[in-house]
Amino acid sequence: MIKNISNLGDAAVYCDFGPEVNETVNSNVINYFNHLTDLVNKEKIQGINNLTPSYNKLIISFDLSLTNFVNLKETIQNLNIEKNIKIKNKKIEIPVCCDNEYGLDFDRLSKKLNLSKEEILKFFFEKEYFCYMTGFIAGMPFLGDINEKIRCNRLETPRVKVPKGSVGITEQFSNIYTFESPGGWNIIGNTPKKLFKKLNLKDPALVKPGDKVSFYQISKEEYLKLND
Amino acid sequence: MTDTYFEILRPGINTTMQDAGRNHLYHIGVTISGAIDQRNYKLANSLTDNKLNDTVIEFAYQGPLLRLNNGKINFAITGDIFFNIIRNNSMIEEGKCYQNYILNDGEQIDVISTKKSIYGYLSVNGGFELEEMWKSCSINTKAQIGPNNGKKYSINEKIFIKKSTIKNIKYKKIVYKNSFDNIVRVIKGTNFNYFSSEAQNIFFKEEYSVTRLVDRMGMRLDGPNLENIINTNIKSEGLIRGTIQVPADGKPIILLSDHGTIGGYPKIAVVISADLDKVAQFSPGTKIRFEEVNLVEAEKLFNSYTEETNKYLNEHS
Repeated sequence: MIKNISNLGDAAVYCDFGPEVNETVNSNVINYFNHLTDLVNKEKIQGINNLTPSYNKLIISFDLSLTNFVNLKETIQNLNIEKNIKIKNKKIEIPVCCDNEYGLDFDRLSKKLNLSKEEILKFFFEKEYFCYMTGFIAGMPFLGDINEKIRCNRLETPRVKVPKGSVGITEQFSNIYTFESPGGWNIIGNTPKKLFKKLNLKDPALVKPGDKVSFYQISKEEYLKLND
Repeated sequence: MTDTYFEILRPGINTTMQDAGRNHLYHIGVTISGAIDQRNYKLANSLTDNKLNDTVIEFAYQGPLLRLNNGKINFAITGDIFFNIIRNNSMIEEGKCYQNYILNDGEQIDVISTKKSIYGYLSVNGGFELEEMWKSCSINTKAQIGPNNGKKYSINEKIFIKKSTIKNIKYKKIVYKNSFDNIVRVIKGTNFNYFSSEAQNIFFKEEYSVTRLVDRMGMRLDGPNLENIINTNIKSEGLIRGTIQVPADGKPIILLSDHGTIGGYPKIAVVISADLDKVAQFSPGTKIRFEEVNLVEAEKLFNSYTEETNKYLNEHS
């Protein structure tokens, strides 16, 4: 449940779900997000521009000429959100090629984690992940939690350009760079799958908050065949 | 389709289509975009009798050189801009912002540069032939979303202009002066207490200068370091336009219209809505100062900002 509601500037509501980051807390955030999205779509709430769920926060930005913080705070406090509701989620499988030309950081990871590349990959591919949030850049999913044995900090100096499709890990999370972008995650492979299709107007992002994702390894030949 | 179009003889530095922005997509990482200076954007539309949320051309620093082909249009430019109109008889007419002009077939608009600010707007009566993407024609070059394949305009491209529905074009003019006031009013951010009390004082007392690292995503500032005493990273969370983040290097960054939707740097403050247009126009080298206001004051200031905008919108002569 929401622990604290405050204002972020004069045109956003900041809902804090507490300091913990786990699937239960995040499911709660997504639950509120889904509920509010539904009310916005049915035009039962005025003035909301955007809802951004993240690990343990929900940020609601609004049009200050149509509503204000006090109004929205009251609306949110009076929402009747069912506890422990099962959120609907899709299961998505994503192919990844981990040849060294795509997995840019195996040397660094092997040294830091004291594991071979094969061991890192075994731990990475054996789990199914939960999508905590999507964003930063269009369609980028933040997935977790990865096995404790392969957790590692960000690069000390971020890359100026991480190639599109790169699959990265850092701390308890994994993500996929949907566009070429600056970034500091440890890159272990690349997927040929398009995660953001702007021409698919109704549903452009493949992975959305609450979805389940599993990865499977492919060879370079398969990668090149799948590359669109 | 019409056959009236601008031919781009020189694209300028960052020429894009912009409108009121794109909403309801933050949760999948698509940012708001839209004209970075919303008041000047609306004034441009108003001068050419468009709807206030019609799409206009936004340019930065050096603007485009455009030749009109196959038609006659009514256009206006807003901002703090130096531009010429090149008439068919090779006469060069110095352009004035905040009034509308007739441009004849074959004539050119040369947007030479912005003066003290960064962005300007060019609207044409009737608007442009563009396809909406999620109810907006704003171009977001980072995610390649919007018209022109989500890219800024380049040389020799064509921008098609819709047929005007107005028969008699009236001359219009707004008496408007851009504010170059350098006080930025802010509300304390959700991580204000991450900073040492000395840093909190410095933030509101000292001057910060706008660096050259300015684009539609954000504005990096230089000035005294802001010491973080808790953590230079937070759990990534949603961001909004006007958020002032402070990464580990202690220098603030103000997020603008094409900002990333989530991020993990502490938020020291948020620019109030009434000051967003002004902030976006600060050019590199500008010295600015932050001033704290509370939520109630910020809402009042926004009302005054809106009233003032409406006053100019209704003030045509």
